[in-house]
Amino acid sequence: MRAADTLMESLKAEGVKDVFGIPGGANLPTYDAMVDAEFRHVQVRHEQGGGHAAEGYAQASGRVGVAFATSGPGATNLVTAIADAMMDSVPTVFITGQVRTELIGTDGFQEADILGATLPFVKHSFAVTDPRQIPEYVHEAFHLASTGRPGPVLLDIPMDLSRADIDYQPRTEPVELPGYKPSTEGNIKQIRIAAKALANARRPIFYTGGGVINANASEELRELAGSDRFPVTSTLMGLGGFPASHENFLGMLGMHGTYAANHAMDKADLIVAIGARFDDRITGKLEEFAPHAKVIHIDIDPAEISKNVGAHIPIVGDAKQVLPKLTREYRALQTDTSRLDEWWNTLRGWQQEHPLFYDESSDQSGEIKPQFMIRAMHRATQGDAIITSDVGQHQMWTAQYYGFDKPRRWINSGGLGTMGFGLPSAIGAKVACPDEQVVCIAGDGSLIMNIQEMATCVAEDVPVKVFLMNNGYMGMVRQWQELFWDRRYSSVDMGTSPDWVKLAEAFGAKGMRCEDAADLEEQMVAALEHDGPVLLDARVAREENCYPMIPPGNAARDMVEAPRGSQVS
Amino acid sequence: MEAGTPQVVKLEDLHMPGQLTGRKHILSIQVENKPGVLARVAGLFSRRGFNIDTLAVGPTDDPSVSRITLTLDGAVHPIDQVTKQLHKLVNVLKIRDMAPEETVAREMALFKVSSAVENRAEIIQFAEIFRAKIVDVARRTMTIEVTGSADKIEAFERMVRPHGLVEMVRTGEIAIGRGHD
Repeated sequence: MRAADTLMESLKAEGVKDVFGIPGGANLPTYDAMVDAEFRHVQVRHEQGGGHAAEGYAQASGRVGVAFATSGPGATNLVTAIADAMMDSVPTVFITGQVRTELIGTDGFQEADILGATLPFVKHSFAVTDPRQIPEYVHEAFHLASTGRPGPVLLDIPMDLSRADIDYQPRTEPVELPGYKPSTEGNIKQIRIAAKALANARRPIFYTGGGVINANASEELRELAGSDRFPVTSTLMGLGGFPASHENFLGMLGMHGTYAANHAMDKADLIVAIGARFDDRITGKLEEFAPHAKVIHIDIDPAEISKNVGAHIPIVGDAKQVLPKLTREYRALQTDTSRLDEWWNTLRGWQQEHPLFYDESSDQSGEIKPQFMIRAMHRATQGDAIITSDVGQHQMWTAQYYGFDKPRRWINSGGLGTMGFGLPSAIGAKVACPDEQVVCIAGDGSLIMNIQEMATCVAEDVPVKVFLMNNGYMGMVRQWQELFWDRRYSSVDMGTSPDWVKLAEAFGAKGMRCEDAADLEEQMVAALEHDGPVLLDARVAREENCYPMIPPGNAARDMVEAPRGSQVS
Repeated sequence: MEAGTPQVVKLEDLHMPGQLTGRKHILSIQVENKPGVLARVAGLFSRRGFNIDTLAVGPTDDPSVSRITLTLDGAVHPIDQVTKQLHKLVNVLKIRDMAPEETVAREMALFKVSSAVENRAEIIQFAEIFRAKIVDVARRTMTIEVTGSADKIEAFERMVRPHGLVEMVRTGEIAIGRGHD
């Protein structure tokens, strides 16, 4: 069988149903094989878009996302998506064409050392040197991408090798890699110590991250938090892993987190980190982070434990397996729950005195406040859409105000912070979950970076809804220039171009515009009801700032809240 | 604690071991003998800001496995974090942080020393004391092979440097665990 056809057979054996990509010279054999393959290929308009679509697909569904690109520029266009998938631990397989074997190393046409270029941010990569490796490497790639701490795996296939004829037998044994054995169960002795520490904590807090979602451990987390009245805060990547509407939830923590969440971390005597990695956007100034807390750190990746913040009780394992054991051990201790009364009094006090806040005076009619826009989006979607996001203020406001109650409903670029992530990842999410509402909340600075994918939405009939929070700025950069650089605005004004409605129409999508808060929700509902892709250009208050905020380099307790009463209107 | 409450772990009793050991570490890393493995290891070190003091790579008794021996300063780097990051590389099979008292470590160095007639005898004498071998003699220089611990090689260097050290090459340390009876 032709090696390119065995590639398709192996993908099919891995349960692949949808893939994203663009053909080119070096992957012509692959695309020829694609004609007969029994899965859907979504022809994106730029390889970066294909990469992010594969990420959105994986994050919405939990299945491995797959993207194809040709050699050279096709492959290098994938690089941002690969780095993004690494930072956010997204299970993805990227398959690139490479120039013919005899041309490798000669600077041949469209040759790029994509394996070398991506070494720092792949979980693993394979350069095919013998066509018989192709099926084997596909299975290894899927195994690596989807187990342990998930991540991107690259498979680089020279053109001549994918044309070769090989014997093919479907693989039946599970993949065995001698250097790769993730620990999933969690050491039971450590879990017992953790349970006892929890029983002795007066000011505990659960700090949960994307690992909870990757592990599909939301139920298990709710059980554990419910085994006593444990307060829960979540990272940006973890939102939806614990219901935002749950009474134990304090909101997101970190640079734009809530007052209660950040102060709870600051005053806590015990932090239980679950699938979170103490990123600098969480800790603020590291030396002053959580000065009173002992740390239980549960993570599938041993290298995350004590990387940034030392763990007193490290537990390496899969949250789905560890959390039920911890719940059982904790319940067996039958601890007196009243010891948490004082802590909850403090937490409730913070929540009441320092809620998320913005000036709501124009909400009934008039200028659209960005925060109002997110609340309107929540109402219009009944809080139950898959929301993908670009990167910037709109992303933070969505994280603060949308209130995600379920996992895999919030898809954004957290670690790498890739502007232009929203639209292509929405395509991926919609392809993975065609029966769900998929909305991309976009910023005008971000959306233009991958706007070509509107063509994909139309041509491939992927009816995503883009809600554009248009303030005519790269708003987050503007906010930093305003607050920390003496308001010396430098290259952040996006002006009035393009005309987004006409642009949407030029792509063959529906374009809408909203300039009055009173109409916004209605227009969102109309956009959602429209049978096809829509871009809704919502003109929002131009210089609204995203608060609260921990100024860069500061401790969490030094966070700044929105100025009350004196807000720019 | 009230009666009947099971034994609990007091938070104030929880401690964290220090991360820096303050001594030199020799890591013996077995890797799959596959293309690009060294690039992955080297790339990891540069990306994470770990400084390698010495590095030696070679085959092992198993042709499918190579060994990378590297030395690192445990006063600067949390060795635990280094080994955990290395373990994440799929081609890394096994890592041993060699305990000094359980390890035989050797390095080889070649010294090209200027050897005018008047100091030639002294250099030969140094070589004998250090059980080094003279492997090349020319009219103005001598080349000496020294094998031993890094300390011994550095001591030899101090001895010959005043005579004019033209060039020096070192292999980096390799190490093997001591046998047990």
